[in-house]
Amino acid sequence: MLKNRIIPCLDVKDGRVVKGINFIELKDAGDPVEQAKIYSDGGADEICFLDITASNENRETIIDIVRKTAKECFVPLTVGGGVRNIQNITDLLLAGADKVSINTAAVKNVEFVKEASKKFGSQCIVVAIDAKKVSDNKWEVFTYGGRNKTGIDAVEFAKKVEENGAGEILLTSMDKDGTKSGYDVDLLKTITNNTNIPVIASGGVGTLDHLYDGIVKGGASAVLAASIFHYGEYKIKDAKEYLNSKNVSVRL
Amino acid sequence: MNVTIVDYQSGNISSVINSFTEVAKGKVSIEVTSDITKIKSSDKIVLPGQGSFKSCVDSLNSISGLVDTLKDFAVTNKKPLLGICVGLQMFADIGYEEAETKGLGWIPGKVSKIDNQKGKFKLPHIGWNEIEIQKESKIFKDIKNKSHMYFVHSYEFIPNDKSVISATTDYSSEIVCSVEKDNLFGTQFHPEKSDKIGLKMIDNFLRL
Repeated sequence: MLKNRIIPCLDVKDGRVVKGINFIELKDAGDPVEQAKIYSDGGADEICFLDITASNENRETIIDIVRKTAKECFVPLTVGGGVRNIQNITDLLLAGADKVSINTAAVKNVEFVKEASKKFGSQCIVVAIDAKKVSDNKWEVFTYGGRNKTGIDAVEFAKKVEENGAGEILLTSMDKDGTKSGYDVDLLKTITNNTNIPVIASGGVGTLDHLYDGIVKGGASAVLAASIFHYGEYKIKDAKEYLNSKNVSVRL
Repeated sequence: MNVTIVDYQSGNISSVINSFTEVAKGKVSIEVTSDITKIKSSDKIVLPGQGSFKSCVDSLNSISGLVDTLKDFAVTNKKPLLGICVGLQMFADIGYEEAETKGLGWIPGKVSKIDNQKGKFKLPHIGWNEIEIQKESKIFKDIKNKSHMYFVHSYEFIPNDKSVISATTDYSSEIVCSVEKDNLFGTQFHPEKSDKIGLKMIDNFLRL
């Protein structure tokens, strides 16, 4: 039976982890490679890096991090943030990423998703959708890290990226992100019911119960979380044991 | 010992290189190439594969002499070869991804889309799934039944002769996820992404 995945996400800015793991055993709390290694050793099913570096000139920094991490972590590595063209994807994959996540560039031009999945295979193309609730059961896609309103319906867009070859959807609720009040379960449910590719839930996790809700109530295939793991509140192992105790199948 | 990872310009093989290099450290030399002379002189071959069946077969065929060299190596000379993901699928006679495409024909069978029961199961089959060991395989040495391996695929290999199946996994039906036929090994899952268990399997292959 396929297991539900738990994916810790590390936000990286100019080569350093912004929301980092607060474990005492860390030598350097800002080093993404060291943190990724801790997660991978701790049983993370995948590792996600989100490069939030504002400038375009620093691509080399994240590529170097990916290169170093890939030599030490032998679970899948997804990298997102600033992926705008085929060359960006090529560079990340050659450095050792297994998947790339495309956000703004996919909204601007869905043909880019098609081109990328045709060239590299759907298995490595994740489309990140940032969605915000606009009315009852209606969500809209936002870009540029949630700053730009696009007027595009999130459900329609999710279907469209699936048609264009996306292998997975990384779905973040802008309303919930950072609130620690749980995923937007309605949003998740709506998207998972309307698509046939795996959906990764993101945005809002504050407790282990929220992970349960994302999988069981929202229908997500994987749950992504940042801060509950970063600040040492929970280890990956705690999350897995908890889910397992509630009959949610995970890789122990 | 010399192990060659066949680089035929199809898909992302960085993880395969990283994992094999990690396991081989100081013991085995790993070469990443499509150079036919080097392939001929190696002791073992790893044939990765990402993207579609058709694109992988097309890429193999576009390198002059490569398919024949691989066949001599694995079928005629019976030296160990491990196919990973589409690398395994290409052992089949025929594949149906994108377009009907002739495979290498080393293990009779076909590659078709997983029957996801009208959308009941999401495709691609992505993530960690348990393997059900069906027969003893040299690459499963010290690997427990029901170990978790990492999968990413939408198509499955269906061999005619079921005795080649060394493991299956349960996703909508029993999917063949590992085969062993004499010196030919293949895994649908990605040992290079399957954490310590995956590295162990790579180690088993390198120790053959």
